[in-house]
Amino acid sequence: MVTVIHPNLEDTDAKMSARGVSVYYGDKKAIDDVSIDIPTKYVTAFIGPSGCGKSTFLRTLNRMNDTIPSARVEGEVTLDGEDIYRSKMDVVQLRARVGMVFQKPNPFPKSIYDNVAYGPKIHGLATGKTELDEVVEKSLRRAGLWNEVKDRLEDSGTALSGGQQQRLCIARAIAVDPEVILMDEPCSALDPIATAKIEELIDELNGHYAIVIVTHSMQQAARVSQRTAFFHLGKVVEYGRTSDIFTTPLEERTKDYITGRYG
Amino acid sequence: MTELSASPPAADGPSTPARRAPTRTPEFEARLKKRYAAERRFKLAGLSAILFSVGVLAFLLITMTINGIGGFQRAEMNVPIDFTEAGLIADPVAMAQPGAAQTLEAQGLPAIVEFFAEEQLGAAAADEISDTAWRLVADEIMADPAILNGTVTLSLPASPNLAAGLAGEGSDEMKALAARLVADGKLETKFDAGFLQRADATDPQQVGIWGALKGSMLTMFVTLILAFPIGVMAALYLEEYAPKNRWTDLIEVSVNNLAAVPSIIFGLLGLAVFLWLFPNMRSAPLIGGMTLALMTMPVIVISGRNAIKAVPPSIRDGALAIGASQVQVVFHHVLPLALPGILTGTIIGMARALGETAPLLMIGMRAFVATPPDGFTSPATVLPVQIFLWSDEIDRGFVERTSAAIIVLLIFLLLMNGLAIYLRNRFEKKW
Amino acid sequence: MVEHTVKAFDEDITRLRGLIAEMGGLAEMAIQDAMEALIKGDQELADGVVKRDKKIDVLESEVDKLSVRIIALRAPMADDLREVIAALKIAGVVERIGDYSKNIAKRVGKIEARNHFEPLTLLPAMADIAAEMVHDVLTAYAARDPVLAREVIATDNKVDAFYNSIFRNVVSYMVENPATISSAAQILFVARNLERIGDHATNVAEMVHFAATGNYPPDEDR
Repeated sequence: MVTVIHPNLEDTDAKMSARGVSVYYGDKKAIDDVSIDIPTKYVTAFIGPSGCGKSTFLRTLNRMNDTIPSARVEGEVTLDGEDIYRSKMDVVQLRARVGMVFQKPNPFPKSIYDNVAYGPKIHGLATGKTELDEVVEKSLRRAGLWNEVKDRLEDSGTALSGGQQQRLCIARAIAVDPEVILMDEPCSALDPIATAKIEELIDELNGHYAIVIVTHSMQQAARVSQRTAFFHLGKVVEYGRTSDIFTTPLEERTKDYITGRYG
Repeated sequence: MTELSASPPAADGPSTPARRAPTRTPEFEARLKKRYAAERRFKLAGLSAILFSVGVLAFLLITMTINGIGGFQRAEMNVPIDFTEAGLIADPVAMAQPGAAQTLEAQGLPAIVEFFAEEQLGAAAADEISDTAWRLVADEIMADPAILNGTVTLSLPASPNLAAGLAGEGSDEMKALAARLVADGKLETKFDAGFLQRADATDPQQVGIWGALKGSMLTMFVTLILAFPIGVMAALYLEEYAPKNRWTDLIEVSVNNLAAVPSIIFGLLGLAVFLWLFPNMRSAPLIGGMTLALMTMPVIVISGRNAIKAVPPSIRDGALAIGASQVQVVFHHVLPLALPGILTGTIIGMARALGETAPLLMIGMRAFVATPPDGFTSPATVLPVQIFLWSDEIDRGFVERTSAAIIVLLIFLLLMNGLAIYLRNRFEKKW
Repeated sequence: MVEHTVKAFDEDITRLRGLIAEMGGLAEMAIQDAMEALIKGDQELADGVVKRDKKIDVLESEVDKLSVRIIALRAPMADDLREVIAALKIAGVVERIGDYSKNIAKRVGKIEARNHFEPLTLLPAMADIAAEMVHDVLTAYAARDPVLAREVIATDNKVDAFYNSIFRNVVSYMVENPATISSAAQILFVARNLERIGDHATNVAEMVHFAATGNYPPDEDR
């Protein structure tokens, strides 16, 4: 089944693209022949019912599926034209270029400073206290967390509230200066105010990084993204501008899902 | 706003009498009482178990302490010695040299001591002074040669027979002698600080635990530096790197079984392999440590694996997603979080190793070692073996010494555990 | 059509449609009653039309409130959203249709000597078409039928044609019978009202098309 692609998609650079990607867990096929582009300067949302494969597909973009022994990926996934699975691209380097924020905030049990400084340190992007201090401040400012924590950088990252922890994780991801940020349901564990702050942050980051967000909330997808892909049973059913998908979806399944007629 | 929800379904009607909820019937309340009674019984059972365990532990400690207190004391006689009459020559420079005791011996120090003992205490008592008492006098002289200028009352250890007499055992002759000396103020039981500084001896009055203590320390050190890194590395590899296939399953089963192997078999292994490799080092802490390390390693591997498994995958994912390599994930994130659990396993393993006797007996650490070990390769013995050997001795004086040695072992164990618990608490991190 | 998982949402939409249908029915009846009153000179019927117009106003206000509530509480998307927005606008338009009918009814007492008043006979046909347009367009709304909506839009030409014809007719009648000018003028006003009703029905049809497809009907239909 071919993905229905909306018209009115002006040509944008594709930062990452997938062609014919299928993902298997053992014998079970979780992603079926997905071909999609992730534009450079937009926020792309993946929506779809539970178990439709959106998180699985997200994880193929930074090879996090490699950590699951039974997972197998077929097809081509490219970053700036280079295949991330077949070519010589180093997976550690890939993950520095394609960062990820998880559903449940997972700051390291270290200080706030060390959380943010960890990435630059291990990749050698900043050495010496001054450089690291700069990187930490810049990342925390960008994540909208600096004013709240600048006086307590030595406090443990796990002592923050849920929303602050998630922003810390975003700051941590930003600190290595990635090109793409993947977000797997970043707000599902947060209250509405924290959620709104994260969404505002996504708006601010938009344009600096290619952002892909998987979300269960259609309202959230509608609010933060410019492109939306609707996943269903491992396939991408429809892809297009967010405003088009939510006002005039072309596929019956998409319409049923977004109007709450699904199931 | 208009109310849009459908009106609630009509009640069953006035024909049904008002019905109490199922949780408010008398039958329910009776069942509830039974449940609470079961709770109380369970709590009581638990409390009894704890009290019983604590009681047994208290009994052990109190018994040991009561029996062992006497082991830290010994019977000593006060002998005033007038050095001005003795005519000994001892200049400070010579006294500082090794072999100074021999020069004093050559000058006749033993005879001088015996002479004064006879003069002050009587012939019978003088016989009952320890043969090696002169060494103590020599030590005093070496420490402070100035005493040769005057009279000093020195406290010299009594012989085992006299000590027994003082304790109310042995021949009547000895008992009488002891009673007389005590009445004269010449014989008393004093705190024996030297117990912790001397090595093994045949004379229970002269015996000390330091030799065995030092041997235990050296052996434990060897055990730790071998078992801990190897155990932790093995645990890390098995959990983080090894593919999940039949070979790793086999290894896991083997390690689990190894932890349950009787310790004497490790002694056989030590005998066969280590002593074959290093035949000159029979009863050396190095060999003993290696043997015990073999025994302790599986315990560390098992507890290490469990501690590593307990680290949440979200931490690993977070580290991987930022571009950390596998090694960095392990050493920067997994190991620090797993360290408390690993240390707990290490405490358990080391405590077991400290108290092991059988394997060390097999590799020969049962010899009578009169001097404390100099290093890892000199002959030594360990605390449990020492306790075992002393308990075998016929001389009555060894009974209290054995209990005292047990107390030393317990204190050593406590200190070791205390250190490990302190380290564990320091590394404890909340995630 | 598959139902919403949350049944209350379906109930809300159904109620909204019901209100629109009720408004439409009342408006349609108002057109026909007003016309009948006009032809027969039935002042009582005319008064009834005026009074019932209040009901239409009340219904419009209810539609407003319900639409806002649905948007706030249900976050409708895609065609649900378009339907709610269309309902809001359609209610406003139908209310104006009702007002036009009321206006027609008010003129009943102002026409004299109706039995001989020839131009009067032209109006019922025009009113029938207008009423039918209103009926059809509300059917199209309920069925989310863009095809029927476009047909309604096409029918407006007939209403316009009628209006032009009546206009010419009445004007020439006025020229010939200057004494009847004030009554004839009323006829003109009534015809104008009916033509406006036709235009409004066309508006509704456009909104129905938008709700159903997301686009307004192509230009040539308008």
